[in-house]
Amino acid sequence: MRNIWVICQKELHSYFVSPIAYVLLTMFSLIFGYVFWNEVRIFNLESLQAQMSGQAPPMNVNEMLIRPVLSNGLIGFIIVVLIVPLITMRLFAEEKRTGTIELLATSPIRDIEIILGKWLAALALYASLLFFTALNFGFLFKYGNPDWRPLAVGYLGLLLEGGALLAVGTFISALTRNQIIAAVGTIGVFLLLWILEWPSGYETATWAQVMAYCSVNKHYESFTKGVLDSKDAIYYISLIFLGLFLTSRSMESLRWRS
Amino acid sequence: MITVQGLTKRYAHTLAVDHISFEVQKGQIVGFLGPNGAGKTTTMRILTCFLPPSEGTATVAGFDVLDQPMEVKKRIGYLPETPPLYPEMEIGEYLTFVGKLKGMSGASLASRVEEVEERCAIADVRNKLIGKLSKGYRQRVGLAQAIIHNPEVLILDEPTAGLDPKQIIETRDLIRSLAPDHTILLSTHILPEVEQTCEQVLIINKGKLVATDSVHNLQNRARGAESVLLEVEGRNGAVDAQTIQHRLETVSGVSRVLFKETRSNRSVFEVESLKDRFIRGDLARAIVESGWNLNELRPSAVSLEEIFLQLTGGEKADEPAPAEAVVQGENQ
Repeated sequence: MRNIWVICQKELHSYFVSPIAYVLLTMFSLIFGYVFWNEVRIFNLESLQAQMSGQAPPMNVNEMLIRPVLSNGLIGFIIVVLIVPLITMRLFAEEKRTGTIELLATSPIRDIEIILGKWLAALALYASLLFFTALNFGFLFKYGNPDWRPLAVGYLGLLLEGGALLAVGTFISALTRNQIIAAVGTIGVFLLLWILEWPSGYETATWAQVMAYCSVNKHYESFTKGVLDSKDAIYYISLIFLGLFLTSRSMESLRWRS
Repeated sequence: MITVQGLTKRYAHTLAVDHISFEVQKGQIVGFLGPNGAGKTTTMRILTCFLPPSEGTATVAGFDVLDQPMEVKKRIGYLPETPPLYPEMEIGEYLTFVGKLKGMSGASLASRVEEVEERCAIADVRNKLIGKLSKGYRQRVGLAQAIIHNPEVLILDEPTAGLDPKQIIETRDLIRSLAPDHTILLSTHILPEVEQTCEQVLIINKGKLVATDSVHNLQNRARGAESVLLEVEGRNGAVDAQTIQHRLETVSGVSRVLFKETRSNRSVFEVESLKDRFIRGDLARAIVESGWNLNELRPSAVSLEEIFLQLTGGEKADEPAPAEAVVQGENQ
């Protein structure tokens, strides 16, 4: 437990001492802020129109503002294709290239502690990205009266999806000593995981359903609706376990092969 | 402290280490000598539990590297060929991190970090980023991280590689100063290093252990005994090389006569004396009195380098870099 924290601290230190964390935080906050601003504008226009046409439909902030922001395709895409690969690419690849992996591997600390420490640090950086986006929603609570629970479930979904992708990214980073290869490999795998659900749009056969189930984005949908579906949570949690398990296998094979 | 038995490491297509066995006693500094690619690093990686052996056993401080790696790792300080440094950390931060990795904490760690910084002469730069350090400082930080948890065994892979002559001397002094409390196994392909730092030497070549001896003995072999190259010619026609050899062997003080080659009717021998015996005069007399011509007689100096090259089947003895020559000069 203590060892996990030692590794985690060190990784967080590397993230926040180098520009990586700040560049990611700035760019993601900017884009998220823009998406949020855009949705707010749409929401305002719609409510104005509703008023002008004389009808007064129940304008639900959760339904018509929070949900479109959280399920925005661009945000999801950026997380999957940019944020997570950029966070995980260096985790093991850099240690392998500079040889510091030898220090970790010859210290009295278990592989799984190294892996968990690194994954948790990546998750913490990712969570801090989400935290800054959450500030946007703070305004809604100041001027409106949204229900916080669907929002919290939405963020839980983002966290779980991120955690799962980070675990897979950690594994891919452990396969190579080249950060670029790690990043490109991760992006490729994530894109495939993203579009796996396509055939289910026109095909009802079991294989299409299975592919849709494996698709990483599919499971996020329910969270954006404020629905905490155990099926989707289990998918992400098992993906986390799979990713971390494969990483530990890969670290072990490093010793047997190298 | 370190016991290695029948240790073998096979990679996909190569045999990196081939059934080597040796022992290192507590408190010794042992030099692990061999040309590049001889299997030094692989052996060290096995001892530090970074790689598992394919065959054979290795124990450190009584713990097997396969069965109790955690116990072994606690007792080993390891400096790999490239020091495992994080360029984005300050020296103090880095040493604290390594100390924590090795299971230290709190005030004892803080004081130990300071102690090690003093000892490795990096205290004045402790707040510098490692990425901005010169090669010599990096090496010292590498050494500092290896000794931070005061391990019983130190394994140093080419600790002086890439340093300038002054830094090499400093590093050697540092290593020697660690000797009383630590058992040290250091690898190198530079011979003077072994002569100057180590008590015991293991020579490895192509994965095989070719010699184990104390440096003292090796130096005696190199300095105490004399080795002479002789070219002898029969005056009237050819003389059987064997006859000459038998005659040479009877000269007092000769320990060994080695037949080298015959060119037309001239035979070349290498003659080694017993320790501290001067044999050139007696050899010359013996040859002339037997009625042969002595065409050539010259001392062939047997240096540690030659022993090394003989054992490892190397080519020429002009291996050591100019920097090394400077160092030796400064030391003497």
